[in-house]
Amino acid sequence: MRGSLRKESGSRNRFVYNAAGLGPKKKVVRIVAILGVMMTNKIKRGIALLLPALYSGLAQSAYQLNLPQPETPIARQIFDLHTLILLVCVIIFCGVFGTMFYSIYKHRKSVGHEARQFHENTTVEIIWTIIPFFILIGMAYPATKTILAMKDASNPDMTIKVTGYQWKWGYDYLQDGVSFYSTIATPQDQIYGKAPKGEHYLLEVDKPLVVPVGKRVRVLITANDVIHSWWVPAFGVKQDAIPGFIRDSWFKVETAGTYRGQCAELCGKDHGFMPIVVEAKEQKDYEMWLAEQKQKQAATQVDASKTFTLDELKAQGEKVFNTNCAVCHQANGKGIPGAFPALDGSKIATGPMADHLNIVMNGKAGTAMVAFSKQLSDVELASVITYERNSWGNKAGDAIQLSEVKALRK
Amino acid sequence: MDAAHATHAHDDHAYHPSGIMRWVMTTNHKDIGTLYLVFSCVMFFLGGTMAMTIRAELFQPGLQFVRPEFFNQLTSLHGLIMIFGAIMPAFVGFANWQVPLMIGAPDMAFARMNNWSFWLLPPAALLLIISFFVPGGAAAAGWTLYAPLSVQLGPGMDLTIFAIHLLGASSIMGSINIITTILNMRAPGMSLMKMPLFVWMWLITAYLLIAIMPVLAGAVTMLLTDRHFGTHFFNAAGGGDPVLFQHVFWFFGHPEVYVMILPGFGIISQIIPTFSRKPLFGYTSMVYAGTSIAILSFIVWAHHMFTVGMPAAGQLFFMYSTMLIAVPTGVKVFNWLATMWRGSLTFETPMLFAVGFIFVFTMGGFTGLILAITPVDIQLQDTYYVVAHFHYVMVAGSLFSIFAGIYYWLPKWTGKMYDETLGKWHFWLSMIFFNLTFFVQHFLGLAGMPRRIPDYAPQFAEFNMISSIGAFGFGLSQLLFVYIVVKCIRSGEKAGAKPWEGAEGLEWTLPSPPPYHSFETPPLIK
Repeated sequence: MRGSLRKESGSRNRFVYNAAGLGPKKKVVRIVAILGVMMTNKIKRGIALLLPALYSGLAQSAYQLNLPQPETPIARQIFDLHTLILLVCVIIFCGVFGTMFYSIYKHRKSVGHEARQFHENTTVEIIWTIIPFFILIGMAYPATKTILAMKDASNPDMTIKVTGYQWKWGYDYLQDGVSFYSTIATPQDQIYGKAPKGEHYLLEVDKPLVVPVGKRVRVLITANDVIHSWWVPAFGVKQDAIPGFIRDSWFKVETAGTYRGQCAELCGKDHGFMPIVVEAKEQKDYEMWLAEQKQKQAATQVDASKTFTLDELKAQGEKVFNTNCAVCHQANGKGIPGAFPALDGSKIATGPMADHLNIVMNGKAGTAMVAFSKQLSDVELASVITYERNSWGNKAGDAIQLSEVKALRK
Repeated sequence: MDAAHATHAHDDHAYHPSGIMRWVMTTNHKDIGTLYLVFSCVMFFLGGTMAMTIRAELFQPGLQFVRPEFFNQLTSLHGLIMIFGAIMPAFVGFANWQVPLMIGAPDMAFARMNNWSFWLLPPAALLLIISFFVPGGAAAAGWTLYAPLSVQLGPGMDLTIFAIHLLGASSIMGSINIITTILNMRAPGMSLMKMPLFVWMWLITAYLLIAIMPVLAGAVTMLLTDRHFGTHFFNAAGGGDPVLFQHVFWFFGHPEVYVMILPGFGIISQIIPTFSRKPLFGYTSMVYAGTSIAILSFIVWAHHMFTVGMPAAGQLFFMYSTMLIAVPTGVKVFNWLATMWRGSLTFETPMLFAVGFIFVFTMGGFTGLILAITPVDIQLQDTYYVVAHFHYVMVAGSLFSIFAGIYYWLPKWTGKMYDETLGKWHFWLSMIFFNLTFFVQHFLGLAGMPRRIPDYAPQFAEFNMISSIGAFGFGLSQLLFVYIVVKCIRSGEKAGAKPWEGAEGLEWTLPSPPPYHSFETPPLIK
């Protein structure tokens, strides 16, 4: 069965949206038509259609009925476990409700059935207490095996630290010294319906996590602010990211491809907008990617003594702002009244530079404003602060230099 | 009015003020029961409006009606209002009306406390509603209020915490009252094992409430001091642990689930025998099953937390204990089935809702069993599968049992019959739209749609649209329910003392509606 599951898998890409081209009206018509079919043929065809679909693993795009195609040994165990238990439940369901509907059909007053006044039978009671108990033991055995396998994160080939932030993910390749942030790449215009939605709407990031196939990858998961949860359905990995604590999990991807998931623990306003994308590459490709990252990282180590002009900083700052700050303070700097303060005309963005620098670097306790000193580089900090002080209605006219930011880090 | 007359009037038990003061000052179990039920109905429509807004936003991908932060407030308050405002008060309303009637008592044991425990509810509800209008809006951390997110939020969170304190105090007082009434005021000859099953289930529920409401109060108080008084219970930087909140919360939260279903079991256990014209099968084992469920409910809480990263031993323990709950729950379902078996069945509205309850609640039970399997739960935790599961238990379980109970006892309470045809319409519309709404959510969860998100990837669009259509239908069908109840009170046909042929029990020996002090002289039970 496992083999057939694997072979029947469709395209590598599990998130094709085949209705993307349809307008809302057409979609309503389609849904209504489908509902009609579902209603009229429910009993006749429902079972015939549903069951094979459940087991074929042909899970793709719209109307996906089952767990996603498993891509790791653990995910496959989970998939099989779910299939087994669902099957047992369906059998019991049919037995119990077959009996009930027989009784509803045969023992009605309207067909002249008279009530038999029995109301106790200890043997029967014992039987239907004991039998479920043994069925449960039968379920618990394979489940226990899977739990023990999931929990065994020993002997990893590599370790990556995953950190949840409001609202993005940070990845640190602990052995290789590569680290970066992964932020949603779907433009706001698509979310607010001003532009057509892309193929990977809400499930695309600027920099995906890249891992080699066939290696045991251990992930150390933590969070910076509130609880998040790192979840890639195809890997069977979901682990809460808890601030101040490190939890671990592991996976071994079998085939190269792109796998998508989402944060699974409510973490505030943009909980729905912090996707996870993992690219599994062949070992060679992975090494090439790694080398490239190291090079890039070295290139961004700018000379601290370099002086930028105000315009240079502003231009770069706008990009940094849009990736990191605009979710709360909004691209127009107006914030969201009552929830997130405006920067346009704010005391901090128009007041002394030192206060501004302090709040961006160290955050503000008890609010959603986190410390950005570790998330952003010196260049990014300098440029985003310069941008905030010289955009919208703010006309401070001063530019902060790298050396000043660097000095504060000590 | 001279002083002597006033004293006399006060001593006279038939004295009660009229107009609005009748309801504010009442110490009568039936009046208070009615208040609870009306309050619950108002909250049901308030929480329902929130649900409709949520489903409208989720009708299509993209953000159309609400902003993400408001969406989170809606999901959080929908949960809090439905649990603490709609379902729990509805069951307390049933207890107030039915417990004295069913055990042959004149009233509840603590009549004034009864009044007080009801009148704590409207201020609590008001706090929750006001919280939408304070800076930052209402609590947006989910009904579970997980720290540290809930520490981050604005003053709306504080109002929610105070509301929970009030609701908790109300529940505890209500429970003390119910326990005292049941243990002390039964008619002569009614031993514990002769009590109607509804009374039994409420006795167990009341003990659960007394055990868990202080735990919730403790959890939210710790939250309050973390927010304002510099404690670090849930802050790792100060030596605390965010997961501690979840442990304390779910130690309350899991028994709470049974608080919301055990009285429902009780109602169903009254209705099935009536319309099967047969005594309940396995009364003793029903009592034992209810008790076992209550006891087990205290050792399963961490199955809500399988993804927090507990050791394998913890996961195994909580998986086994959770699976064990399937045994007594199964016993209940089998007993109801055996009660129907070879009976003489008729399907008036209460019976339809009761049979519907067994059917859909059992489906919720099966998904519960699937979720109990830790590895599967790790895939499905915090997805729409869980949303579907608990709505099968809470809507098709608790709510359907409430509807069943209302149709069953409405003739007794009002002395008038409801419109049977409309009642059947209400059932079938609710049943079809409920399944349309929530069945497809299982598929969404399996396919990987997380819960509590205001927007989703287009691959989830079709099922979400179906679910939204179902939800609107379900919401509208409930207006029919209000119409049926109002029509029954205004112009229903007169109902006799025992409108149901197969009904057994003390409440049917009284006229409909029953006299102000239900049993002036206690009936004798053989």
